[in-house]
Amino acid sequence: MINLHWLYILAGAVFLSFAIGSARDASNPKRLGNALFWSLVALSFWFGDFLGDIGNGVLVLALVGVAGTHMLGRGTAESTTVEQRERFSERYGNRLFLPALIIPFTAFVGTMAFNYTPLKGTDLIDPKAVTLVLLGLGVILALVTCHVWLGPPAAAPVEEGSRLMNGVGWAAVLPQMLAALGAIFAAAGVGTTIGAIAGAILPEGSIFLAVLLYALGMVVFTMIMGNAFAAFPVMAAAIGVPLLIHAGGGNPAVIGAVGMLSGFCGTLMTPMAANFNIVPAALLELKSQYAVIRAQVPTALALLVANILILYVAGFHL
Amino acid sequence: MIDYWPLLGIALVVVGFAMRFNPLLVVAVAAIVTGLLGGMPFLKVLSVLGHGFNENRYVSIIWIVLPVIGLLERYGLQQRARTLIANMRGATAGRLLIVYLGFRQVLAALGLTSVMGHPQTVRPLLAPMALAAAEKQHGALDEDTTERVKAMSAATDNIGLFFGEDIFLAIASILLIQGSLAGFGIELTPFQLSVWAIPTAICAFLIHGTRLLLVDRKLGRRA
Repeated sequence: MINLHWLYILAGAVFLSFAIGSARDASNPKRLGNALFWSLVALSFWFGDFLGDIGNGVLVLALVGVAGTHMLGRGTAESTTVEQRERFSERYGNRLFLPALIIPFTAFVGTMAFNYTPLKGTDLIDPKAVTLVLLGLGVILALVTCHVWLGPPAAAPVEEGSRLMNGVGWAAVLPQMLAALGAIFAAAGVGTTIGAIAGAILPEGSIFLAVLLYALGMVVFTMIMGNAFAAFPVMAAAIGVPLLIHAGGGNPAVIGAVGMLSGFCGTLMTPMAANFNIVPAALLELKSQYAVIRAQVPTALALLVANILILYVAGFHL
Repeated sequence: MIDYWPLLGIALVVVGFAMRFNPLLVVAVAAIVTGLLGGMPFLKVLSVLGHGFNENRYVSIIWIVLPVIGLLERYGLQQRARTLIANMRGATAGRLLIVYLGFRQVLAALGLTSVMGHPQTVRPLLAPMALAAAEKQHGALDEDTTERVKAMSAATDNIGLFFGEDIFLAIASILLIQGSLAGFGIELTPFQLSVWAIPTAICAFLIHGTRLLLVDRKLGRRA
């Protein structure tokens, strides 16, 4: 059965290619630091399951050490100039979109074909990893297509991939680090503490104030943890179940679903949700790493108000 | 008596991010401090951290798309995306982003969350297209406006994803809600929960769509 581990092998190979591409980039004065950093990520993908928990912990510290001591840089060499790119763009026309669309198309059609045909009954692909596996397949198909059609130099995918990856830099592993921090927070009892605080400042007798505290608690706790998943069980236990569902008689489906969605408003406003908020700023080469968050805050706040109203009206008055 | 000490780790994260230390360093220090204050010996902290990192490797798989995206950029993909929009009559940055928002929400609601995303579609296609449309509306863009249009492209992808995915039955967050409430003896089906994600999804489209139309008005006014 094709599962996540197949993808880890592919990802390890891709990160190793980033390490090699970085090491060969003479225009980057810190190229060895970059090569070391991506080699460690490749090591994690290939051998993470054999290193043991403490071994992985040491690997994490090594990654942090490389990034924290400013050993990462980026090259200045561009493979083609803007003028050359304009000319290529003229020559190949809109067909240039086709390889780019192979990846989402393979993931989309493949997932549909897998889920709605007898393929699902077979043991071909782990159902939990279908879209990601097909995304990986799409990457391979797109690479082959580009090579046959455009005939780039053999090292081109490695050079170009490294160029983009070094533009993102350490931010690439920040989401994974934050997930690990979440595990520490959970083990150290941070959730219990926050739940206890929320419970201690509860208003009495007012359903609306309880709804307000539940939604705001989801937002604040989500902003701290970086995702709503960690916040939900805590806020459900502290306010959602005892006050809104049991004492207040609210509709549990509304309290559950819209409570989680209130947390998602918090996700839009925190740097802790790095893969959504910090990584794109690096990927789009924005000047401020908080520019994406600033663009999201007005939508998040207006939507939070909408969620509170939905919780109150649909949860208690429908 | 509430034990407030583990919260110091949160304060460290906030202060560290605000003081612009390297975020990886901030997170690692916060993790170790929080673990130690929570009563764990150092080696235990290290192993929880290592285990958490290893278990979440799937989060970083997405970077495998970069060689393809980089290769296509070498052959002028971003320039092509700009040309396409520049030749399209009636295309504006706001309208383009609204169409993307709708697509993103619908596909996410079908469970296809990895089909679009920042490396796959925002950097190579959406952001250059939005910039090209904005240039058509406004003339040459200053640095601040360029920054704002790019940031809005990334924001639109996030909002479409977050407020579409919970309509899908088998998404992790729906299963988590179901599991958490089942722990209190409240039995719900994923369908009951995902139906209640629809009102918020509609509100998200209306609210963010309105903001995108305002982006158009602003771009048009300063031309």
